[in-house]
Amino acid sequence: MDIEFSKWFPVASTSDLPYRHIFQAQLLGREYAIWRADDGHVNIWENRCLHRGVRLSIGINEGSELKCQYHGWRYANRTAGCTYIPAHPADAPARTICNNTYQSQEKYGMIWTCETPDGTVPEIEGFGSYTVLRPIPINSSYKTIENFLTNVGIPKHQFVKSKSTVAWQFKLESGTQISFFIQPQNNNISILRGIYSLHIEGAEKIKILKHYNSIMVEIRDKLEKQDSPQLPDLEPKISQVSDQLSKIPVYGNQNQRFHLRVTVTEKVRISDNIIKLKLKSIKEQLPTFHAGAHIDIQLQNGLIRQYSLTNGPGETDHYCIAVKIEKNGGGGSKTIGENIAIGDVIAISSPHNSFPLLRNSKHTIFVAGGIGITPLLSMAKALHSMKLSFEFHYFTQSQDLSAFQNEIYKLGKNTNTYIDLTIDQTLSKIEKILETPSPLNKVYVCGPGEMIENTIKIGNDSGWNESNLRYEYFKNNNKIDNDSTFQIELARSAISLNVPSGKSILEVLTENGIKLESSCEQGACGTCKVSVLEGDINHQDVYLNSSEKRKGKVILTCVSRAKSDRLILDI
Amino acid sequence: MGATICTDKVILNQWHPISSVDDLKNNEQGNTILLEEDLSFNKISDEEVLIWKSADPSKKLLQAKLKYGYLWTTLGHPAPDLFSFPEFYEIDRRNVATGAFGVNISAGRAIENFLDMGHFPFVHTGILGEEPHTEVKEYDVSISENDDEILATKCQFYQPQAAVASSEGTDVEYIYRVPHINCAILYKSSPVDESRQDAIVIFVQPVGPEKVRAHTGMCIIDDKSADADIRLFQQTIFGQDKPILENQLPKKLPLDSRAETPIRADKSAIAYRRWLSQKGLTYGVIPSKDINLSRFT
Repeated sequence: MDIEFSKWFPVASTSDLPYRHIFQAQLLGREYAIWRADDGHVNIWENRCLHRGVRLSIGINEGSELKCQYHGWRYANRTAGCTYIPAHPADAPARTICNNTYQSQEKYGMIWTCETPDGTVPEIEGFGSYTVLRPIPINSSYKTIENFLTNVGIPKHQFVKSKSTVAWQFKLESGTQISFFIQPQNNNISILRGIYSLHIEGAEKIKILKHYNSIMVEIRDKLEKQDSPQLPDLEPKISQVSDQLSKIPVYGNQNQRFHLRVTVTEKVRISDNIIKLKLKSIKEQLPTFHAGAHIDIQLQNGLIRQYSLTNGPGETDHYCIAVKIEKNGGGGSKTIGENIAIGDVIAISSPHNSFPLLRNSKHTIFVAGGIGITPLLSMAKALHSMKLSFEFHYFTQSQDLSAFQNEIYKLGKNTNTYIDLTIDQTLSKIEKILETPSPLNKVYVCGPGEMIENTIKIGNDSGWNESNLRYEYFKNNNKIDNDSTFQIELARSAISLNVPSGKSILEVLTENGIKLESSCEQGACGTCKVSVLEGDINHQDVYLNSSEKRKGKVILTCVSRAKSDRLILDI
Repeated sequence: MGATICTDKVILNQWHPISSVDDLKNNEQGNTILLEEDLSFNKISDEEVLIWKSADPSKKLLQAKLKYGYLWTTLGHPAPDLFSFPEFYEIDRRNVATGAFGVNISAGRAIENFLDMGHFPFVHTGILGEEPHTEVKEYDVSISENDDEILATKCQFYQPQAAVASSEGTDVEYIYRVPHINCAILYKSSPVDESRQDAIVIFVQPVGPEKVRAHTGMCIIDDKSADADIRLFQQTIFGQDKPILENQLPKKLPLDSRAETPIRADKSAIAYRRWLSQKGLTYGVIPSKDINLSRFT
């Protein structure tokens, strides 16, 4: 036959795809792994893992991902993008390995595909309902079977000229129809498939299936007795991966930062949009953390994200984090939501503690907004266990209400939860909470940027000392200006370096082999803070408070720059 | 020597293993296939084995060599000596031939699987690896120009049961040598004597381009385990590898760097593919279209 890569062919019956199964099919020489995900989508992929060529059909259908048997790589439903490489939890390169996928359609109780099919599966007249017959493999070419169906036909059935180029239709006197289809597996072997134009069940169905099975077996026996010429087998073209994917990724400098290996032991959806992860160390004891600390997580797609620990005091055998799944959010929350599974190994940093809890206050006020509750929860748990005085105010939306209810309940009486307040209602609540300033008390606030700004403003206006208003931004919404060029001098190591426009102080230090701890790298977490001995600073972070910024004694090296020609840093 | 079915000089001019010495019986003819040729052999003394092409009426003898516990022959003109394997001759070691396995795959795919640590937790679960200990740490790979062999050192992998006597898992250090296009040797610390290493070998006999017999053996410091237990262990491991190997597509080893997607754990496999490319091997492989092969990183 002429190779028809643009025509639709049936390659499986719907019944070949039971729950969590992977079906192996072949068309025009190419093998396919066909599997139905739990959401109903039928995936048709080239039947080889792009890593070392192992058939994906011997893998495991995990419902939303397919796992390769050889090295445990996982590929996502629909996109076939690789989501997990167990051999390299850390230092994942920002690249996506994708298996080769093919279009799929489910029609007339069969799964259809081809290399590059045009349009949609053609309509076959008279098959509004149908019963799928048992397919029969035949050692014959497409052409040989086509000739037989067109010129010989089957007994007691009248050949109907079909409008479709994929079907051979036959009519009984009663008006019911049979339609045959040919699936050329390769040049000398095909599968004859058929459907019956009525939906039937039970004994009637068995009778019909047996009847047409014997007719199709007869067709096979006749064809296989014919002396047809053997054609050379089609060798499917193995497409090349991109040049980038063909190279071994370089050994990055991220390994030292992400030196801890943890395995996900729990992944629970605690509200519509929030997922809780419990992480346990694979080997060594996890480092001590302080209430308010966060960790950096290296995700499989190369993304790095920060999450606050929600652990209570003494919970030292694991780390707990809570992740908000943003509806249109970036790859980080999506990756955690969809691709991280229980048992996965991930690489994390040691906890950074740039939002420390000071325990010398007479009374502590926590103001939490949305997912900003996470560091404050850990702090409140610590104070609660020490029986120190605090009050906890949580502003949330009703859809996320269930997420932390249990944990808030355990904090005792001084907790208030406010649900679905407007901005004005929230502000007037916060005014009320902060109405009595005291130099002996402290306020901790975390939540959306606007809420933090407003809380600080209300606090200042009410007469709170700035140093008693403590906050943590999860992200820096300021536009970072990195145009300037200046010198930095490192006082302790007597080195002078040039910071060109487009590069941060942190990047210049790292390039010159000077290791400085960093985490969010957007001026929100304070990990990369260093002391400044001389020079004017252009602060661009959201970590330092305004009096710290005025004093000009510290700088966040990831975003802030010099106003003067040079800065002398105490490193 | 006469005409051969295989015309690839690189593979013709090698010594190939065809039987373990243990399996040879005096004056009893054996038959095998090498590079699609039927061969017959007959051991006439402890020093001498006759090998000839089964279909050759004149029974013209092929070269034969008894070394490292195996009978080797060739259909071409190899260098007189085989690669070095000094551990085989250390007197306190036991050399156990652990069986020949027929596998429908190319020799290159079989060697690459032997070099691969990343599959231990998934294919040899509970024996050579175990989740979540899946990480393949950085290791070094070099090609020694003097000896013309690939060496992978500082390989480390977590093994659930490092020794028969221990109940806890630990990181085991491995060294891999590929001294022959179809042979590899793995060294790992001996559970009996930490200062020494057990050697595990795979000598692959290419029956055809996509069909091999993998001869396996152990050269170990262990005076306790019975031969049968050592064989059973190796047969369990290989029995787990075989279905994976036979489901690799294409069966021939693709040498083009863009045929598959390597990760850092595959450094030794990448070195092996480049090494085969540089030798100009065409049998059992899909040759590379990559012109610039000198650029080994």
